[in-house]
Amino acid sequence: MEAQPAIELEGVSFSYPDGRKVLKGLSLAVSAGERVAILGPNGAGKTTLALHLNGILQLQQGRITVGGLEVNGANMAEVRRRVGLVFQNPDDQLFMPTVGQDVGFGPANLGLTAAEQAQRVGDALDKVNAADFVDRTPHHLSTGEKRRISVATVLSMRPKVLVLDEPTSGLDPLGKRELVELLQTLEPAQLVITHDLPFALELCSRSVIMSGGKLVADGPTANILADRDLLSRHRLELPFGFEINSRPLDPPC
Amino acid sequence: MGAQHVSLLLDGPSRIHRALPEVKLAAALVFVIGASLTPRRAVGPLLADLCVVAVMLHVATYRPRQVIARLTVVLPFIGLGLLMPFIGGGEQVEVGPISVSSHGLWAGWNTIAKTLIGFGASLVVAGTTPIPDLVRGLGQLKVPPVIVAIISLMFRYLGILIEEMGRMTLAMTARGYRPRWLWQAKPVASATGALFVRSYERGERVHAAMVARGFDGTMPTVATGAPDMPASQSMRSERVVGAVIASISILGAVIGAFGVASFRHTGG
Repeated sequence: MEAQPAIELEGVSFSYPDGRKVLKGLSLAVSAGERVAILGPNGAGKTTLALHLNGILQLQQGRITVGGLEVNGANMAEVRRRVGLVFQNPDDQLFMPTVGQDVGFGPANLGLTAAEQAQRVGDALDKVNAADFVDRTPHHLSTGEKRRISVATVLSMRPKVLVLDEPTSGLDPLGKRELVELLQTLEPAQLVITHDLPFALELCSRSVIMSGGKLVADGPTANILADRDLLSRHRLELPFGFEINSRPLDPPC
Repeated sequence: MGAQHVSLLLDGPSRIHRALPEVKLAAALVFVIGASLTPRRAVGPLLADLCVVAVMLHVATYRPRQVIARLTVVLPFIGLGLLMPFIGGGEQVEVGPISVSSHGLWAGWNTIAKTLIGFGASLVVAGTTPIPDLVRGLGQLKVPPVIVAIISLMFRYLGILIEEMGRMTLAMTARGYRPRWLWQAKPVASATGALFVRSYERGERVHAAMVARGFDGTMPTVATGAPDMPASQSMRSERVVGAVIASISILGAVIGAFGVASFRHTGG
């Protein structure tokens, strides 16, 4: 019997105060440990969706549950522990004077003791291979290093779901490679918002395409990326020279 | 990346490097207040203070060249002090071939001596204490948490906003903007406004990032590196939102204002 999904959305709709409707009855379920790429053109509502997943934007219509727990005002602290949101710009994500303090910010909000916090910070930095960075200032790190630390800032809360908004933006090829290898080692379910189709193919066995506030496709990443018509209808395309067989590659997980 | 170093830190190590940041802060504050309350005619005590500053700078591993380079910050005060004997009124005294105001002479001595004492004391603290430790020290000294949070965020975003201003300046220069006169300053003003708006929006995004990690309006005590910190003090949520956004956007405006000066280097 299948365990309950790590995160589940049912009929989620959202409009901004100026009347712009960004999400239109969106439903999606992600199993524990599954990695799903959310693909879509600019303005498709991907970031708006991400901000819903741990209650930064308030749900207007529909229902979101995280491991069976409903996202609402009463459960907010637990929801934010379970869902780790990694923002697109690491300079927004990292706001404390040192890396160690930043990684410790979430655990401190959970009310853990100093010893537990130190433990969490050490574990999270070890996972992203950045144990030496604990006393460094975020400002003096490279983009790739900042991205890894950003991931650590949510890993320290031991989340069940990681939501990554455009994690490859600003990374050089090697930085991207390191990020893929890092994310492949992590246990939590992952929702990866990206335009970077090869990155999605490598990291996620399943992809959904979001367009105009709705999910318009959901399936194995290789199948979705092989469908050129589908991609071009939603302002997506593979980098020049890439070709993908319609048969799915052996998914990594 | 990270070309703009906001740090004045010396490599050390020294005894002063190892001292607790709150002790250094409190000692520097008391020392400077004491010096500034010393009557100007108390030449002995003021000279003694200057000697203390010199010794401390030496212990902190400053080289004379470094001190002189950083002296530029207080040059206006020293210049003013040097001018005072010549512009002061009242009784005149002969110093060699020239006649100067006795009142101005004392005022000038007072200004220069106290400037150097305050400057030296802050240099000792700044050169031996990493800014994260300074922020923590302020917390230990029971400075209100809102102020500590503002200082901490300002430190974090100072470099980023300076770089942002630098990029805007460069983009303007690259399209041939070379202001020489005041009436050509309008684009600089627009850039300052743009930086303010961008900084404000960044403040909002940073706040969202804080909320996403369980921030509920109470600045938590993050234990890393300081296991003996006191229990967290709470700040009301709306004040924190204000603090986050205000500190980053004010920083944006200030750096924008300095943008005019930066054109002297890039646009020249």
